[in-house]
Amino acid sequence: MIGIVDYRAGNLTSVARALTFLGIPWEITDDPAVLERARGIIFPGVGAAGEAMANLKEKGLDVCLREWFSRGKPILGICLGTQVIFGYSEEDDTPCLGIVPGMVKRFDHGLSIGGRPLKIPHMGWNNVEFVKKHPIFTGIPEGAEFYFVHSYYPVPQDETNVVGRTYYGKKFCSAVAVGNLVALQFHPEKSGRFGLRILSNFCRMAGEIC
Amino acid sequence: MLSKRIIPCLDVRAGKLTKGVKFQGNVDIGDPVEAARRYYEEGADEIVFYDITASAEGRKIMIDVVRKVAECIFIPFSVGGGIGSVEDMREVILAGAEKVSVNSAAVKNPSLITAGAKAFGSQCIVLGMDVKRVEASKEIPSGYEIVIQGGRKYTGIDALWWAKEAENLGAGEICLNSIDADGTKEGYELNLTALVSSLVRIPVIASGGAGTPEHIYRVLTEGRADAALIASIVHYRSYTIGEIKGHLASRGVKVRELW
Repeated sequence: MIGIVDYRAGNLTSVARALTFLGIPWEITDDPAVLERARGIIFPGVGAAGEAMANLKEKGLDVCLREWFSRGKPILGICLGTQVIFGYSEEDDTPCLGIVPGMVKRFDHGLSIGGRPLKIPHMGWNNVEFVKKHPIFTGIPEGAEFYFVHSYYPVPQDETNVVGRTYYGKKFCSAVAVGNLVALQFHPEKSGRFGLRILSNFCRMAGEIC
Repeated sequence: MLSKRIIPCLDVRAGKLTKGVKFQGNVDIGDPVEAARRYYEEGADEIVFYDITASAEGRKIMIDVVRKVAECIFIPFSVGGGIGSVEDMREVILAGAEKVSVNSAAVKNPSLITAGAKAFGSQCIVLGMDVKRVEASKEIPSGYEIVIQGGRKYTGIDALWWAKEAENLGAGEICLNSIDADGTKEGYELNLTALVSSLVRIPVIASGGAGTPEHIYRVLTEGRADAALIASIVHYRSYTIGEIKGHLASRGVKVRELW
């Protein structure tokens, strides 16, 4: 079973629907005991960092996530879930989980593409350059695109944690991997066939499918 | 680099896919769930549903369509038509839609945009604008007027003013529909699209008039649109989405070519 962390950060059912489509059992829960039993944890989320951190703390999930990470439990962060994994977010000036060293910054309004100011949020399909070989990208061709919706992006302290990069006015880190944790800025559950492949790759890493 | 999006638009009436010209004479042309699945498999980047039934019964059928679509397509999709409250938005979002589109209701009650953005985030709230060309006047300096109720009622609101206002109120995207061009297959309203797209800092989806891949090319370049809504051109299988994207790529427009 894959545990989907419910911390009242947006609609989590799209991740669940994608897992159902792949034939993978899941539970959406805020109960640490249920998540403890899960083979892998998906940590999605849409919304603002400040409220997300407050909700995680209220349920004690901040402590659990740090512990699961240090014990090597497979964790997949998506979008806001990815952002709060870092130490700090500029959004609402929020101290975050600090599982991966680094911070989360806002796209600068001064950026432009082809002389036209950049539209924010970065919304739509964009490429991910795979800077390192990683099992999460198994079976995905170079040039594949993924669906993004965000105004903030991660800046990991340690460059060696970066596995994917994307260009939007500047190059930013769109995928990190540390141990059994993978964190993606884009939405695999909304990224068509290649997004579904990423989810099934994660479930394979977690031993939920073989 | 970010791709320009190609977005099939499915008008749904009482659970059936339908299409009209200039908002009139709609005929049923199939099952919306099947059509959505076909477009997903053919490389659509997103799908838009407009519920053009207003009855409560039709509404329930639409929610059911949304639920079925969410089970089998894994790209973003939005639902518009008859969304008048945060509760209406919640219902379609929980059924699986990524975004909701508000139109007439937002003109009558602009705070709906802000309330929706606060509840679900700006990225969820699309402002649908139906626009007609009129004589430029003191009231409508741009010569583009907002019309509501499916094109039947003039509002006295200038389209450019409303686009900027909606952005300030918290809309995350604008879907800009030219009623003059709708269903004509004679090309998009390029001038209107370029004006709105240059004015706001949120993405603009151009809508109305696509008849050839070259029309789409022009609205994404001259019209500066971030995405193009298409309907008749694919519903009647004049072109596939793959053919449209092939044309755009050959003309140097960045589109998603692998799916």
